[in-house]
Amino acid sequence: MSEHNISITVNGEQHELTVEPRTLLVSALRDELGYTGANVGCETGRCGACTVRVNSETIKSCTRLAVQVDGSEVETVEGIADNGDLTTLQEQFQEQHGLQCGYCTPGMLMTADTFLRENDDPTREEIREAIEGNLCRCTGYQNIVDAIEATANQLGGQP
Amino acid sequence: MSDADTNEATAAAAEPDGDGSSGTFGSAIKRGEDVPLLTGDGEYTDDIFLRGTTHLAIRRSDHAHARIESIDTSDAEAMDGVIAVYTGEDVVESGVPNTIPTAWDLPGLVQPQYRMLATDKVRHEGTGIAAVIAETPHVAHDALERITVEYEPLEHVTDPVEAVERDVPPVHDEAADNVAFDFELGDVDATDEAFADADRVASVDLRQPRIIPNAMEPRAALADWEDATGKLRLWMTSQNPHLHRMLLSAGTLGLPENKIQVIAPEVGGGFGSKIYHYPDEAVTAWCSMQLGRPVKWQATRSESYLTDCHGRDHVTTGEIALDDDGTIRGVRVQTHAGLGAQLSQFGTATPSYLYSTVLSGQYTIPAIHCRVIGAFTNTTPVDAYRGAGRAEGIYVIERLVDVGARELGMDPAELRRRNLVQPDEFPYESAAALVYDSGEYERAMDLALDHIDYDELRERQRELRDEDRYLGIGIGNFVESAGLSPSGLAGDLGAQAGGWESSIVRFDSTGSVTVLAGTADQGQGHRTTYAQIAAEELGLSVDDIDVVEGDTDRIPQGMGTYGSRSASIGGGSIARGAREVREKARRIAAHQLETSVDDLEFEDGEFCITGAPDRSLHIQTIAHEAYLGHDLPEGMDPGLEETNFYDPENFTYPFGTHVAVVEVDPETGEIEIERYVAVDDCGEIINPMIVEGQVHGGIAQGIGAALYEGAAYDDNGHLQTRRMDEYAVPHSTQLPEFETDNTVTPSPHNPIGVKGVGESATIAATPTMVSAVVDALEPFGVDHLDMPLTPESVWRAMEGDR
Repeated sequence: MSEHNISITVNGEQHELTVEPRTLLVSALRDELGYTGANVGCETGRCGACTVRVNSETIKSCTRLAVQVDGSEVETVEGIADNGDLTTLQEQFQEQHGLQCGYCTPGMLMTADTFLRENDDPTREEIREAIEGNLCRCTGYQNIVDAIEATANQLGGQP
Repeated sequence: MSDADTNEATAAAAEPDGDGSSGTFGSAIKRGEDVPLLTGDGEYTDDIFLRGTTHLAIRRSDHAHARIESIDTSDAEAMDGVIAVYTGEDVVESGVPNTIPTAWDLPGLVQPQYRMLATDKVRHEGTGIAAVIAETPHVAHDALERITVEYEPLEHVTDPVEAVERDVPPVHDEAADNVAFDFELGDVDATDEAFADADRVASVDLRQPRIIPNAMEPRAALADWEDATGKLRLWMTSQNPHLHRMLLSAGTLGLPENKIQVIAPEVGGGFGSKIYHYPDEAVTAWCSMQLGRPVKWQATRSESYLTDCHGRDHVTTGEIALDDDGTIRGVRVQTHAGLGAQLSQFGTATPSYLYSTVLSGQYTIPAIHCRVIGAFTNTTPVDAYRGAGRAEGIYVIERLVDVGARELGMDPAELRRRNLVQPDEFPYESAAALVYDSGEYERAMDLALDHIDYDELRERQRELRDEDRYLGIGIGNFVESAGLSPSGLAGDLGAQAGGWESSIVRFDSTGSVTVLAGTADQGQGHRTTYAQIAAEELGLSVDDIDVVEGDTDRIPQGMGTYGSRSASIGGGSIARGAREVREKARRIAAHQLETSVDDLEFEDGEFCITGAPDRSLHIQTIAHEAYLGHDLPEGMDPGLEETNFYDPENFTYPFGTHVAVVEVDPETGEIEIERYVAVDDCGEIINPMIVEGQVHGGIAQGIGAALYEGAAYDDNGHLQTRRMDEYAVPHSTQLPEFETDNTVTPSPHNPIGVKGVGESATIAATPTMVSAVVDALEPFGVDHLDMPLTPESVWRAMEGDR
């Protein structure tokens, strides 16, 4: 099978790598580059455990080929903490008990983080709609909604 | 270390409990385990990579039932990057025991052979028939397509009633009628008499569909066989690494237990599905043993749908005998339970003992009889899923109470109230063979009904019906048997393993504590909860305590996490071990303070002489002394640690009442959940935040089962729901805001008064939701509707087309 040389920047660090055309972005991140924060839950784009940001837009990294993001800026959960300190959003997930097994959490955080950049004063309904594409099997979502709402309240529109 | 700087107890938010009373037990302490999970540092099985790792993919049957005529692996073997291809015959020839054992025997149970890879027949879609090992996962999966299998298809059966009653080729030759067991519980004569004497009888025919656990992390394994030492290391998604070690050792691979290390790293949810000893993880280990290289297997989601044990699958006729005043006289139940194609680990215990024994629910019912026919079908094996057996049983009794109330024209809350076991009746021995430990059922029910202003709401329901609006109120009363035990009783009933739990509480010489626990977390927050228990007993801060789980080489013994057993049995073991440690420390303190042990008080980690508070020693200082060993009581061994095995005297019995208020749209059949109130009593609460989280998750799965979820097979025996866009795992906009409350009735059978909470809400939520929707449909003459209550099925029921 043919191979392609691509270049992607992950959390500010540039990587050159060689991938097969069929290599998914999530596989490139996890298996080639060691960013294992994005998890694989369904391979159909349904569960959202693999959500990352590409050029500031959240995508499900199991639905994108690595070659498609050649030259892009990719952000993963490993990159959102502020100099190693938890962000307000991460802190609120802990504070509000917005995670149990943690498998959906990286994707959930990426979706919520992007959402709060677009809507700094959301209603609970808007939050529920925003995370609709990220499945959680442990929490029943309420505490996740609490965490995102508390983050919005705390930051007052300054994420 | 001075006494002064060792006494940094955390702020107490709740009543202290126990002798050590640092005030951490009962507090909503944040979970320490969250930080790595929030930063992407949490390490799940698939995140682990060993040098030289190879990748396993498993060729699976696409037939529901067929004889294997031939398997040709030569094309696959010839592929670049393919290291080896193995079939079931290769496993047989290797001479390993090659058995996937069931862990629960029943009288007359037919136990057919269950091998790692099939050799003669495939009995359900997804049966493993060949294993490909390749340098990359892609190549391994590509190679699966190059294996040619010739089958002789056989007629299949997926329904447990048809399996037994229709003339079909048996799933296993040993069970010609597809009956694995025919189980009875209760007194048939007394029940017949009760039904003959009662004023009225009501009945319901119901089906509890198969549901699929859908832990977000699919199952995975990484095996590393070391030829030089003859030792197998196996990382896997396990709820019970020690049980997996035991079953792999004796049943499957034939290695001594001390040559197997099972490690469960972070586990991304289980809900029962990661308890069981499946062929796949055993095959991963066996392949590593053949090749002498690490082998990794990571299930795809569609593989999970085909191979993770499904839950429920009951077809039931239930009857309730009542007097006109609402007294329940008896209950009679007959169930066909689908077991799938093979007997899974607890696949026989779940529909028998775990199911029939809760049919008394919260009620005084003098006569109960239950018969369960366990049926082999050409489907994925069925085993315990969150609420296992208890969920199915409580569903039946709660549906029966509702149809009974309808029969009597009595309010369903009133009928429940008239039959509740009263607080002064505990310990209460039900006619279904359980002895309930403690409970205040009416108090919890009243609290739940108060939350929704029950009487007012009934009034509103009547008014709205006049406007062609259909409100429904559902009540779900539950009692749950949690923490299957004691071992002797479990053994009498057929268990092939103990019901105890083990832990080690170990001080080191600096005064910090390591708790090694035999349970295994999949998101429940054990590290925090257990630290709270140990901190409470030892008068320390939770920050002084490290909890280790999920590694059979570090933790010598254990049974694992399932059946709501961790807090009660695992936590009970830790509390007992910590108390033993404390008592040894007390003897050292008495010796060094030159006083008698009886003259010592213990508070906030400090032993001080009664009436002379300035003469004291902190337990962390004593730990240092214990390891110095210079000045210990005569005859005492150095060190400060204890190993504890705790075998409880009984189950614990969490209980509670959930109430749902729904409105059904008569035009579309859509259900809107207006309120969902949960009142749970899980005994003493170690961490209210974690308990509430367990309740939320439990409700979500209970509502999921009631409204959305359900596995379906087509006419060819193929699973139709094999992707996440075909099986409805509830998402954020499909669940309501939950209102939770609790009562606290400590269990007298548990060292810390804990009952367990992991499964309660799933058990409660399913009947509660169905009850609410059926209540809304009363004006349409609907008295029962099978799950899942999709808009279409609700609409059809309203149209009189059931």
